[in-house]
Amino acid sequence: MRSLIFGLALTVMFALGALVSFVWTPYDVTVLEIANKLKPPTADHWFGTDHFGRDIFSMIMVGARTSIAVAIVAVVIGMGLGVPLGLAAAARKGSLLDEVIMRGNDLIFAFPSLLIAILITAIFGPSAVNAIIAIGIFNIPVFARLTRGAALSLWTRDYVLAARVAGKGATRISVEHILPNVANLLIVQGTIQFSLGILAEAALSYVGLGAQPPTPSWGRMLADAQTLIALAPHVALFPGFAILFTVLGLNLAGDGLRDALDPKLRVMR
Amino acid sequence: MTRWILGTVAATALLTGAAIAKTDVTIGLQLEPPHLDPTSAAAGAIDQVLYSNVFEGLMRFASDGSVINGLAEDWDISEDGKTYTFKLHRGVKFHDGTDLDSADVKFSLDRARAEDSVNAQKALFANIASVEAVDPLTVKVTLTAPQGNFLFNMAWGDAVIVAPESIDDIKIKPIGTGAFKFDDWKQGDSITLVKNADYWGDAAKLDKATFKFISEPTAAFGAMMAEDVDAFYSYPAPENLAQFEADPRFTVLAGNTEGETILAMNNKQAPFDNKLVREAVSHAIDRQAIIDGAMFGYGTPIGSHFAPHNPAYIDLTGNSEYDPEKAKALLAEAGMADGFKTTLKLPPPSYARRGGEIIAAQLRAVGIETEISNLEWAQWLEQAFRGKDFGLTIVSHTEPMDIGIYARPDYYFQYDNADLQKLMADFDVEADGAKRTEMLQQAQTIISEDYVNAYLFQLALTSVVNAKLQGIWPDAPTQAIDLTAVSWSE
Repeated sequence: MRSLIFGLALTVMFALGALVSFVWTPYDVTVLEIANKLKPPTADHWFGTDHFGRDIFSMIMVGARTSIAVAIVAVVIGMGLGVPLGLAAAARKGSLLDEVIMRGNDLIFAFPSLLIAILITAIFGPSAVNAIIAIGIFNIPVFARLTRGAALSLWTRDYVLAARVAGKGATRISVEHILPNVANLLIVQGTIQFSLGILAEAALSYVGLGAQPPTPSWGRMLADAQTLIALAPHVALFPGFAILFTVLGLNLAGDGLRDALDPKLRVMR
Repeated sequence: MTRWILGTVAATALLTGAAIAKTDVTIGLQLEPPHLDPTSAAAGAIDQVLYSNVFEGLMRFASDGSVINGLAEDWDISEDGKTYTFKLHRGVKFHDGTDLDSADVKFSLDRARAEDSVNAQKALFANIASVEAVDPLTVKVTLTAPQGNFLFNMAWGDAVIVAPESIDDIKIKPIGTGAFKFDDWKQGDSITLVKNADYWGDAAKLDKATFKFISEPTAAFGAMMAEDVDAFYSYPAPENLAQFEADPRFTVLAGNTEGETILAMNNKQAPFDNKLVREAVSHAIDRQAIIDGAMFGYGTPIGSHFAPHNPAYIDLTGNSEYDPEKAKALLAEAGMADGFKTTLKLPPPSYARRGGEIIAAQLRAVGIETEISNLEWAQWLEQAFRGKDFGLTIVSHTEPMDIGIYARPDYYFQYDNADLQKLMADFDVEADGAKRTEMLQQAQTIISEDYVNAYLFQLALTSVVNAKLQGIWPDAPTQAIDLTAVSWSE
């Protein structure tokens, strides 16, 4: 329970930062003030300034927006396509449809995700949208597998049998009886995929394939800071910490959610 | 005990002796040559490794950019200025042992100017009517018209003398006449040159030179700090220079390059076909902020496409002073008071990537929105340079005296001005020094007042060099890392 609260607190903090950045940031991140570059943290600039004299605290707030937006949409894509595919595969277990869906998933799983993401953005050009698509595609098999696995065991339950006897079709059973019972698993997985999405977005922007300047992004802030580490370590430290704590928060929240939602664990306690 | 001490002393002496006798050098470079034929590609890295070290031309550039005799011992220009007679040095041998003679010169020049030549600077040879081998050591070059800068042209890396015997393998095994011989190329890692014992001129002081290719600025910093490389030519991360300067092990050479760094505008693409818009862009840009922000202070502001260290340079930065209000007024006059949206394509160097972000912010301040795309060199060459698919782009033009590109309407920024084209054509055949200077100044003024591109700054050449290494050129009059005079001090 403690990890859930701690994790949620971290997550909410970054989410709030991202939301507030829509209406207010301490400084405008699109205005460069070269004369004020690479200043260490002070009362005016809590996290110091970067090589263009931009306020790093403001950039991290706006960067959180980019990271969270990319990760959320990627999770939504993954769930939106993966869950129905998994439900369909489970409903028609052993059929051609099941085989096609699951082997398709295996195919996507077979490639290192970041490599394909780089390929996609290299072909269609680097942008936040392409990064979302690339990360989203890799969430599909994760959710499809999870849903199918969980749904298969549910299909043998008596209440599902009852529903079938009552004449409900496979689609209705999947939606009305299976989906609600796998939902908590999906929420937990969604949290984990969300944190992986943030990492993937940071990695893609780090190599220059994510959100393009001037949109701040944590990964690109790190890349920009790379040659400045000896000169001004704070420029690299703060975006690094931002990524670390967001991912930590989401993972803790995911663990905590699993503890709280998983019926098996609840019985054990 | 005494023996032990003596032994230690002797060993120390040996070790120090070895240190003094260091005769090899490792130079770090960011870009690796695609192949090793300077006469068939524009890639600067080829010349950096090979110019003057392995290949020599009739003429050559000295470290200050002046043109001095190379393989030509002497030359003579006829009364009408159309015939150049070159006298070759006696006893010059290629690295494969064959003699250099007038036939090789004829072969090289004819090859470069041939119809199917792939020379990157064919214009250098365009004026040659014929090349004649009078006797083994005399070559007569006849021009179609008098040309003031013919000797200058012959000093370029694209005009080096190659031999017909070794031309087939030149891309992987270059055979020249220089003070160094090509030894080995570990692709993706390094190129090694060794001393040419039979060199005709002053022998090289080093026995071996290795060019090591390190593209990552962070890796370059590490290699330099660990002294894995003895010098890093054109060090890619200006932000680290202060640290090297403070370190007694290193010297930072800050010199001139021929690199005019410009914000190129696509003169045939709306709205940049409108001079008012180009003028507005030029006034929207604060050069000093770009130099400070992207180059950490290294660089000289320019107002035209011309190097400030050239005697014919005139300061035209006043034409495009930083004045955002004026820029807005000009945009309004052009009917674009609300600004517009365009693309800004950026190749990898930090002057472009960082400079691009600064320029985007400055343009945004006057209402011009830019969509930045960061491109790799290959993509940039394909999309921007060849495809001409860009609104704005930032690039440094590192060829010496390349104002002539403004007379080429098909060049990537697509500037088409008949007056300038005529001026440059006249310039090519003018032999009088004073008149040539005047014409160059006229050309600078025309393109500056036409706001063809926004002229940012002259790229500084910042190399980090081991403090004991002497003789590295601080400036880059051409793309060359001439090692023939480089040596280690005691």
